[in-house]
Amino acid sequence: MLIDTSTISLIQVEKDTKILPPNVIITTFDKLINWGRLSSIWPTTFGLACCAIEMMAVGAAHYDFDRFGIIFRGSPRQADCMIVAGTVTKKMAPVVRRVYDQIPEPRYVVAMGSCACTGGVFRTYNTVQGCDCFLPVDVYVPGCPPRPEALLEGMMKLQEKMRKEKTRWSPWR
Amino acid sequence: MAVVARRISLYPAGIDPKEIAEKIKERFPEEVVEVTEFRDQISVIVKRGKILHICRYLHDDPYMLMDHLQDLSAVDWRGKKDPRFEVIYNLYSIRFRHKIRLKAQVPEDNPRISSVVPIWAGANWHERECFDMFGITFTGHPDLRRILLPEDWEGHPLRKDYPVEGPGPEKEWHGFVEVLSKAKELKPFEWEE
Amino acid sequence: MDQVEKILETRELNVNMGPQHPATHGVLRLVLDLDGEVVVNVTPYIGYLHRGIEKLGESLSYFQALPLTDRMDYVSAMSNNIGYVVAVEKLFGIEAPERAKFIRTMVGEMSRISNHLLWLATHALDIGAMTVFLYCFREREWILELFEKICGARLTVTYPRIGGVRNDVSQEFLDSLYKFTEEFPSRILEYETLIDQNRIWLKRTVGIGVISAEEAVSWGLTGPTLRGSGVPYDVRKHAPYDAYDRVEFDVPVGSEGDTYDRYRCRMLEMRQSNNIIRQCIEKLPAGPIMAEAPKLVLPPKDKMMAVTHPDQKHAFFIDEKVCKGCGMCLRACPAKAIFGEKKKPHKIKQEFCLGCMNCYVTCKFKALKIIPGGRGLGDEQLAELAKQPIPEEITKATELLAEHFAYVKRGPRVPEGDLYVATEVPKGELGFYFVSDGSGKPYRMRVRAPSFVHAQVLPRLCIGHLVADVIANIGTIDIVLGECDR
Repeated sequence: MLIDTSTISLIQVEKDTKILPPNVIITTFDKLINWGRLSSIWPTTFGLACCAIEMMAVGAAHYDFDRFGIIFRGSPRQADCMIVAGTVTKKMAPVVRRVYDQIPEPRYVVAMGSCACTGGVFRTYNTVQGCDCFLPVDVYVPGCPPRPEALLEGMMKLQEKMRKEKTRWSPWR
Repeated sequence: MAVVARRISLYPAGIDPKEIAEKIKERFPEEVVEVTEFRDQISVIVKRGKILHICRYLHDDPYMLMDHLQDLSAVDWRGKKDPRFEVIYNLYSIRFRHKIRLKAQVPEDNPRISSVVPIWAGANWHERECFDMFGITFTGHPDLRRILLPEDWEGHPLRKDYPVEGPGPEKEWHGFVEVLSKAKELKPFEWEE
Repeated sequence: MDQVEKILETRELNVNMGPQHPATHGVLRLVLDLDGEVVVNVTPYIGYLHRGIEKLGESLSYFQALPLTDRMDYVSAMSNNIGYVVAVEKLFGIEAPERAKFIRTMVGEMSRISNHLLWLATHALDIGAMTVFLYCFREREWILELFEKICGARLTVTYPRIGGVRNDVSQEFLDSLYKFTEEFPSRILEYETLIDQNRIWLKRTVGIGVISAEEAVSWGLTGPTLRGSGVPYDVRKHAPYDAYDRVEFDVPVGSEGDTYDRYRCRMLEMRQSNNIIRQCIEKLPAGPIMAEAPKLVLPPKDKMMAVTHPDQKHAFFIDEKVCKGCGMCLRACPAKAIFGEKKKPHKIKQEFCLGCMNCYVTCKFKALKIIPGGRGLGDEQLAELAKQPIPEEITKATELLAEHFAYVKRGPRVPEGDLYVATEVPKGELGFYFVSDGSGKPYRMRVRAPSFVHAQVLPRLCIGHLVADVIANIGTIDIVLGECDR
């Protein structure tokens, strides 16, 4: 039975999303795919230094990451996000880049902590002054270390960014 | 398998460090250069030639029994003292609770000294770190290569003529330069909105 | 059917347990040579977190290098700070007051508990007991909340300072800490119920990673890693610092030298730490929290309030008769409010002035005058007011402020010499070796980190055993790469 939209009224819930009560939702592909992606961001475990402990604390029971759909995956091949938590040193930089290259697209990078954003306190011979020298970073979360709530806000900002994407990762861009 | 909580006494039972210094001086009179004291801690400055013998004496002698090598590091006295380097051995006896510090002088033109790995196995990585940071070679070490920095790094950071921020972008480590160039190569494929 | 004889070729497998791995407790890289499941050789590679803290410490004053020590063993930051502060106090020749000593003992033991909780969480998680991770983090959050109550930061605290502690503890904090110590033993019982007599745990930890007492001492092991093998070496008893000679506690010592004994040592240590915290709360004396050593300790901030309070309305004025036109204040001003030519007296633009007093501290000729209540007045009125004498409290406050600047930037005058001081952090013996050349910055700051020494014993523990034991061994030696690499 075909629906003739000129005769039946659709309720507009928000821009680009209409519902036909009780159980039909008409929306754009972008919105649907973005909603799927942002509700289940799976980061790869990449804790380097002190910020890794705060990341573990966010994953534990008090500030729960799982309620956002965020589960830590061990292998980068199964992940879609990388939270660079801690100081990136020049000896570690090739490894960071390699892990980033192994993550399949769509992929995002969150730089957590002052050391990952800009090198932090350590302006020395072996410290990379910010992981955005060699990685495209999506969200910066400053702090030394950032509070767990700050990291949660960072992930929510990443979700906002994902929500606004338009065919970013499709072959037709 | 009994793990028991033991009440250990607080009171030391060891020899006064000045006596230990005297005994070292008696036993190795030509090796000792100076004995200094600061805040109740005695340091014995020795020449590097017989450092293995001195350490073995301190480790094996039944009244010394310095079985715990607390620390092994070096200091760069560039411009202030000659010889340039000093390798510092902080020794402690768990049985007798006394300690001493040995400082072996190492000149700049031939920075070599015997390794004490045959006496304390824990000196292995300490000596590798000294080699990495200062460039002092330890003869007889089983596996002397860089530990904290990449193996093909140039320069020894803890020397006083090495700048804190690194030697500059021209003399960057090649591994990092490769990462930067790869990132630049792959940049056009990233999506920027 | 013919029986075909095949010559089976076997080959050693080379596995890289890379710097990015969920079980390596940080960025540790192990290259394992395996013959089936048996480890033939292990080579650890460290240095992936080498940030150059020792080199950086040489270019900073003693006070500025204090926050760097937080970031070394980031799991128990208070203990690192205490180790540094005890060493520097001995170098300066000052002693913290009694109340500060007891407070430092208290937070040191809290940090020991939080370290052992994280150790248990990650060790158990690696071996497979995932519930223990969540239970331990629940207690750790409690302790971190208490840290936040006392000093505002959860992880990198920088609360113990040279000469004492940063600020005093409130009665409310002591009450909540006491409540913690009352409830904590029942929580330790919960963890022990989960794993202590569990067959899988026993199978995976008893007889694994065995090292004898003489070998352990020769390898330089310290802390619970050494005490599990039967050697009763604890720096808190051998060379007591802070208030450890006034509280009563026992030190757990094992006998077999395997992973299970080290695990039991750390669990008993948590109970002992709980006991120490209780005693510290009960015996806490009243008194000051910072030593009375004028040039060697940060000046107290409440005495500088006459000039630094944000509600003060001070203005700054350059006396034209005294000003030589050297330009030092011009360069020092962050708001670029001073203008003038060389050798001619300078002037301050009052609209731009922030009141930061950089110029006041930099001027050697004392040409700058503070005019209390002068904010918003014109130049002629300020010139009139400048002729009046400055009240004494402002002079004192500005002197203290200048001392504060000098203490932080340049460092205090310290006698020449060198010393090595060891303290017992949860992982082992943390030693600081300072060489001072008389200036306010350490000539050489050497950190003897227990994790560095423990990581080198991994080949000795792992060779000849199974791959799964490698994970258990990494957990039992309790390394943290921030400290190992510095």
